[in-house]
Amino acid sequence: MSSYAPARSIALMAPLASTAVDLARAQFATTSIYHFLFVPLTLGLGPIVATFQTMWHRSGDERWLRLTRFFGTLFLINFAIGVATGLVQEFEFGMNWSVYSKFVGNVFGAPLAVEGLAAFALESTFLGLWIFGWNRLSPRLHLATLWIAVLGTWMSAYFILVANSWMQHPVGYKIVNGEAQLTSVWALLSNGFALRAYLHTILAGLIFGSIVVLGVCCWHFLRGHEADLFRSAAKVALAVAVPATLLQLVVGNRFGAAVTSAQSMKIAASEAQWNTCQPCGFSLFQIGGFTASDPTPSFSITIPRLLSYMATGSFDGQVQGLNQLQAQEQRKYGRGNYMPNVRVIYWSMRVMAFAGVLMFLVAAAGAWLYRKRKLERARWFQWTAIVAIALPYIAATAGWVLTEMGRQPWIVQGLLKTSQANSPNVSTTWIGISLGVFITLYVVLGVVDFVLMRRYANPERPAPREELAEAVASY
Amino acid sequence: MDLQTLWFVLIGVLWSGYFLLEGFDFGVGMLLPFLPKDERERRMMFETIGPVWDGNEVWLVMAGGATFAAFPAWYGTMFSGFYIALLLVLFFLIVRVLSFEWREKSESARWRATWKWANAVGSFGASLIWGVALSNLLYGVPINSSGDFSGTFWDLFSVYTVLGGVTLVLLFAFHGATFLTLRTTGDLCERAASAARRLSVVAALVVAGFLSWTVAVAVDRNDKSVFPPILPAVLGIAAVAAATFFALRRRSGLAFTMTAAAAVLWVATVFTSLYPRVMVSSTGFGNSLTIDNASSAHYTLAVMSVVAAIFVPLILLYQGWTYRVFRARVGGEEQVPEPTGGATTA
Repeated sequence: MSSYAPARSIALMAPLASTAVDLARAQFATTSIYHFLFVPLTLGLGPIVATFQTMWHRSGDERWLRLTRFFGTLFLINFAIGVATGLVQEFEFGMNWSVYSKFVGNVFGAPLAVEGLAAFALESTFLGLWIFGWNRLSPRLHLATLWIAVLGTWMSAYFILVANSWMQHPVGYKIVNGEAQLTSVWALLSNGFALRAYLHTILAGLIFGSIVVLGVCCWHFLRGHEADLFRSAAKVALAVAVPATLLQLVVGNRFGAAVTSAQSMKIAASEAQWNTCQPCGFSLFQIGGFTASDPTPSFSITIPRLLSYMATGSFDGQVQGLNQLQAQEQRKYGRGNYMPNVRVIYWSMRVMAFAGVLMFLVAAAGAWLYRKRKLERARWFQWTAIVAIALPYIAATAGWVLTEMGRQPWIVQGLLKTSQANSPNVSTTWIGISLGVFITLYVVLGVVDFVLMRRYANPERPAPREELAEAVASY
Repeated sequence: MDLQTLWFVLIGVLWSGYFLLEGFDFGVGMLLPFLPKDERERRMMFETIGPVWDGNEVWLVMAGGATFAAFPAWYGTMFSGFYIALLLVLFFLIVRVLSFEWREKSESARWRATWKWANAVGSFGASLIWGVALSNLLYGVPINSSGDFSGTFWDLFSVYTVLGGVTLVLLFAFHGATFLTLRTTGDLCERAASAARRLSVVAALVVAGFLSWTVAVAVDRNDKSVFPPILPAVLGIAAVAAATFFALRRRSGLAFTMTAAAAVLWVATVFTSLYPRVMVSSTGFGNSLTIDNASSAHYTLAVMSVVAAIFVPLILLYQGWTYRVFRARVGGEEQVPEPTGGATTA
C-alpha cells in the first residue's frame, strides 16, 4: 500500500475487498457443495457394497458377487472424485482464507490433520487393496479390506465434522494474542454439536446410498432386466432406507434443537421469525415476510405450536426473534448486521426437510410394495424411485446452505467475521480466475462422472457370467 | 528436542514420504508417452502404480494437514502466497486422478491417448511446481512485517528455484524408471532400464548441482553455516551417483533404493537448510517465519504428537504391507481369478 495516500487507497480497496470476500465465499460454496455431492454417497454406498460382498462370502451365492462388482464400480467412480475435490478443500483454507487459517489453526487444524493421519490414509490405502486385491488376497482378507476402507470413510466424516462444528459452536479454546488456542482436545472431540452433526451426516450418507441403489434397481425392473438379481439389492437398500429416513426425521429435528442453543439467529432466520414468540407455530410455506421492512407474510400455512416443540422440546417453548437477537448481538459485538439472508435460510431449511419427508415416503412405499411382491411390476413406483435419486442431493445441498449461510456474518460463530478472514494478499482477479478454473474442471468432472455412472448403472450390466472374469481384471 | 523442532522434522518426513512414493508414480506418469509401444504395455505401466498412487497422495494430504495444525502461520502465508502455483498443482493433480479412473472406461484410442497425456502432463507439472515451491521457502520470497506474502507469482521464479523444479522432474523420472525395472517384465522392462540409464547421468549432475547450490543459498540467504546442510547434500549427491552407477550396471533393486534415498535427501537438504526458519523473507530477514513465530501453542503440538506417534507407525505398517501384497511383477496378461480364491495371504 502506498504510504503517501493511505486513506485514499483504503477507500479504493474497500469495495475491492468485499468483492474478494464474496468471490472467495462463492468459491468455497461451489467447491464444498460439489465435494459433498460425492462424499455422502461414498459414506453410504461403501457399507452397502460391503454388505453385498459379505453376503457373497457367507452364502457363496454368485448373485451377491455380481452385485458387489456392479455397485462397487459406481462406488469407486464416486470415491475418486471425492478424493480429488477433497484435496481442493484442504488447500483452499490457506489459499483464500489465510487470516482465518492463522486464527483457527491451533484448534481447527488439529482435527484436519488427524483426519489425514488416522482416516484418509486408511481409506485410500485399503481401497487400493480392495480394488486390486481380488486375486492376491484371501477372500476373507479381501472382504476385510473393504470394511476397513468403509471404517476410514466414517472416521473421516467424524473429524471433518468436528472441525466444522467448531466453527458453528466453538468449545475447548481460549483467545491468546488474537488467535484461538486449544485448551481441551476432549471438549473439541465431544462437542455436542459435532456428535449430532455426525449422526445427521452418517444417516444422510446411508440415505444417499440406499436411495441411489433403490433407484438403480428400479431402473432395471423397469427394463425387465435381471429382476431376480436386483430384487436382492433392492431388499438391502430398503432395509437401510426405511430406518435411516425415519431416524433422520427425528435426528434432524433434535439437531435443530442443538442449533437453537448454539446459534439462535440461524434458527430464527430459518423460520423467518422476526419477533420473539411463545408458543410458536411452524410455517410450512409462506409468501413474503422475509425482510425487516416486510416482516409479515401475505400468505402462510402454519402448524400451531410445532416450532416451539422443534426448537425447545416443549410445546410452550419460547423462540427468540430476529429483531431481539439482532439487538442482543449489537450490544455484545458492536454495531453491524448480524442477520443471515432470511429468505435463503428459510427456504433451504424447508427444501431439506420436505426432501427428507419425501424420501421417507418413497422408502416406505417401496418396502410395502416389496412385501406385497409388487416392486418389480409397479411402474409408477419405479419411475418415482428413479426420480427420487435427485432428492438426497437436493437435501444435502440445502442442508449445507442452511448450515453455512445461516452462520453469517460469522466465519467462526461469535469470534471472527467472514469479512475479515480472507487472504489479504490474494487479488480479486486471481480468486475470480481460480473460481473459473474450478468451475470448468468440476463441470467436466461432473459430466464425465454422470456419463460413467449412467453407463455402469445401466441395464446392459452387470456382465453375464462368462464376462465376470474379465470384469475383475478391468477394475 | 522441543515440540516445534519435532513437528518441523515430522513435516519434513511427510514431504520425504510424499516425494519417495508419489515421486515414482509421477515418474511413471512422465514416461507414459515415451516408453510403451502398445496398449498392453501402457496398461502394464498404469497397473504398476494403480494400486498405490492414491495411498501415495495421502502423504501430501498429511503434510498439508500437519502444517495447518502445527504451523498455522506457515500454512496461511505459504498457501495464500503461492496461490497460483498451488492452483496449478491442484489442477495437475485432479487431471491425474481422472486419468487413473477413467482411462480404462472406454476402448476408444483417442480417449485413451487423451488420458495418457493428461497423466504425463499432470505428473510433470506437479513435480516441477513442487520443486519450485519448496526451494522458494529457502531462497526467500517477499514477506511483510505482518507475516504475509507481499510479492507476485513471478517472484517465485529465479534460476535457483526453477532449477529446483527441473531437479525434481529429472529425479522423479529417473526414480520412476528404476521403479518400472522392478515392476515390469519383458521388452517394457528392458526399455525402462535403458531409460533409467539415459536419465541417470543427467539427473545425477543436475541433482548434484542443485544440492550444492542449496548449501550456498542456506549460507548466503538464510544465515546458516555450511554444516549441517552439507551433510544431507553430500549424502544426496552420493545417493544419486550410486543410483547412476547401479542403473548403468543393471542392478535394478539397488538403483531404485538409491533414487528413493535421493528423493528423501532432496527434502532433507532443503529442510536442514531452512531450520529454524520455515519461510525466508527476501524483504527484511527479520520478517522470516520461524518454527517459533509460526507455530501453534504447546498444547496443540503435544496432542498432535501423541496422534502422530500412534498413526505414523501404523500407516508405515499397512502401506508397507500393501507394497508386499503387490510386489509381483506386472506381466500385462489378463488376470483371471483363481477358482480357490486367493493366491497370497499375509
